[in-house]
Amino acid sequence: MNIVVCIKQVPDSSEVRINPETNTLIRDGVPTIINPYDMHAIEAGLQLKEMTKGKVTVITMGPPQAESALREAIAMGADDAALLSDRSFAGADTWATAFTISRAIAKIGADIIICGKQAIDGDTAQVGPEMAEFLDIPHIAYVKKIEDVKPDSIKVQRMMDEGYDIVESSLPVLLTVVRELNQPRLPSLKGKMAAKKAEIKKLGHKELGIDEKDTGLKGSPTQVKNIFAPEARGERKILSGNIEEQVNQLAEELKQLKCL
Amino acid sequence: MPIIVDRDKCTGCETCVSVCPFDAIKIKDDGKAFINEYCQMCMACLSACPEGAIIEIKEEGAPASYQPSDYKGVWVFAEQREGSIAAVSLELLGAGRRLADELKTELSAVLFGASEKDANELIKWGADTVYHSGNAAFEKFNDEPYSRLLVNLIKEYKPAIVLAGATPIGRSFIPRVAARLRTGLTADCTSLGIDKDTGNLLQVRPAFGGNIMATILCPNHRPQIATVRPRVMKKTEYNPEKKGKIIPVRAENLSCRTKVTDTVKETSESRFNLQEADIIIAGGRGLGDAKGFNLLFELAEILEGSIAASRAAVDEGWIQYSHQVGQTGKTVCPKIYIACGISGAVQHLVGMQSSDIIIAINKNPEAPIFNVATYGIVGDLFEALPLLIKKLKEIKG
Repeated sequence: MNIVVCIKQVPDSSEVRINPETNTLIRDGVPTIINPYDMHAIEAGLQLKEMTKGKVTVITMGPPQAESALREAIAMGADDAALLSDRSFAGADTWATAFTISRAIAKIGADIIICGKQAIDGDTAQVGPEMAEFLDIPHIAYVKKIEDVKPDSIKVQRMMDEGYDIVESSLPVLLTVVRELNQPRLPSLKGKMAAKKAEIKKLGHKELGIDEKDTGLKGSPTQVKNIFAPEARGERKILSGNIEEQVNQLAEELKQLKCL
Repeated sequence: MPIIVDRDKCTGCETCVSVCPFDAIKIKDDGKAFINEYCQMCMACLSACPEGAIIEIKEEGAPASYQPSDYKGVWVFAEQREGSIAAVSLELLGAGRRLADELKTELSAVLFGASEKDANELIKWGADTVYHSGNAAFEKFNDEPYSRLLVNLIKEYKPAIVLAGATPIGRSFIPRVAARLRTGLTADCTSLGIDKDTGNLLQVRPAFGGNIMATILCPNHRPQIATVRPRVMKKTEYNPEKKGKIIPVRAENLSCRTKVTDTVKETSESRFNLQEADIIIAGGRGLGDAKGFNLLFELAEILEGSIAASRAAVDEGWIQYSHQVGQTGKTVCPKIYIACGISGAVQHLVGMQSSDIIIAINKNPEAPIFNVATYGIVGDLFEALPLLIKKLKEIKG
């Protein structure tokens, strides 16, 4: 079974701030990591590989330094990797990103495609389902458990607001996964050796056979008009006295707020 | 390339080098900045340059794929779950009504599943027209028939704006609609407006876990599609007299390669849907063990709130993952969020800091949760919570 896992290298978002005076990102020396949800996607891919004697290919789209994320995935046990990198890919929104990656997946061939539910920098959760549409295959989002895999079908649990659905799908299929699915493994020594030696394919718009007008900023229907810092939180009310007095004030405030 | 350095103005001050998040700017031997292939066009350097030497060359965006005059009206995708309309759909009708009035156009709702009576309710909540399919195939949510039918309707009726809830359902199938229609989709918006000059939809959304806000436009493609975060938009007034049109929609031959064989409710307590909760009571490591949540459940009972947890409490196995709020859990914005024994790591704060009022109870006065709290009690939660429960019971009588 051919399994393709899509990953993204992201800044450790908790450290990203905006300079309120200049309205620019402050990311001095912020380390990059594999998007946390994608770690679970890699683990899911590796488990499926072990169950089906399959092959896992990891792909990412990003600047040249995103190669290190792919090597990390190989160290965990992925067999192959491809880096989609091209100056014309820069500035892509979800439409252009999904279009570009889906072309690469079509070229590689896949029975199961796995993505993290969203990336922690953009938080859109859109690229996975958009890719499924471009590939004309079904998708299941928010997968929290894989119950069964057969050569031509899969059965999973999909998280919903108030519980979960059991969903079956034919293959090929695209899954987006949540953290509850599994615990990502650590790289093995053998894996680290493999990661060092691995040759990583680099694919640009020419190799993918796509027009530059459909990639990157040019291919993106949406545009970022501006970025700004979120409004500071409103007023703070100090509670005073011993704990009982503080609690009583709080209870009165809750009453005022009509919470009871 | 759209971002270039004006070599005459560049003084080699290196300001841009340090603001570039992608390590894409180097000072070359000639003492001038150079932007290399790592550039992701985030524009961070543009306003940072004290000389104004870094400029964006405007390139044509994706060519217009539409005649602007062909696309009119605001649509709301009204989500139903097991036949009842989701609260977020009514909020979207409120937001859609305001946008439609500003654009002097019609507001329509799209309803797949549920009954004609429900469709009629959508009119009273603000819709002028409802496109409704009562087909039993929509009872359970499957992405393919939902997206296929919505694509067909959009192609036929050409709305300018389409809004859907940023719920597990909306965020799953709406991307397929945008991909198929070759148009833009903005995720999880928290504010919407109309650009006075162009009539384009201004879509404001948080990024980087809420540390940054961005305004997104979709100028050259239609419709402009956005998913909108539950609980941020206000409903309009319910008008029982309001009349509108219900247009029945045929839904046949919609292929579907997925099948929902079962729906499981996780009924650890009655009020569960965190994203629609008015009041949330959350517990963290400070609860000590699973039993600590009993106090929270008691408080939740009095306040009619829902229970949430920090990652620490979930990792300890005290409560299910579905209660987790934060970067790797849910994002919530209730009216009141009561954080008990939660220190407030950034990963937790990004999931709840847009709550209207935050109440923090923590032993450690230095805990970062107090930085975002409206009310803070520094003290032992095992002392404070029983007192609070007692006092609230007294008030309630």
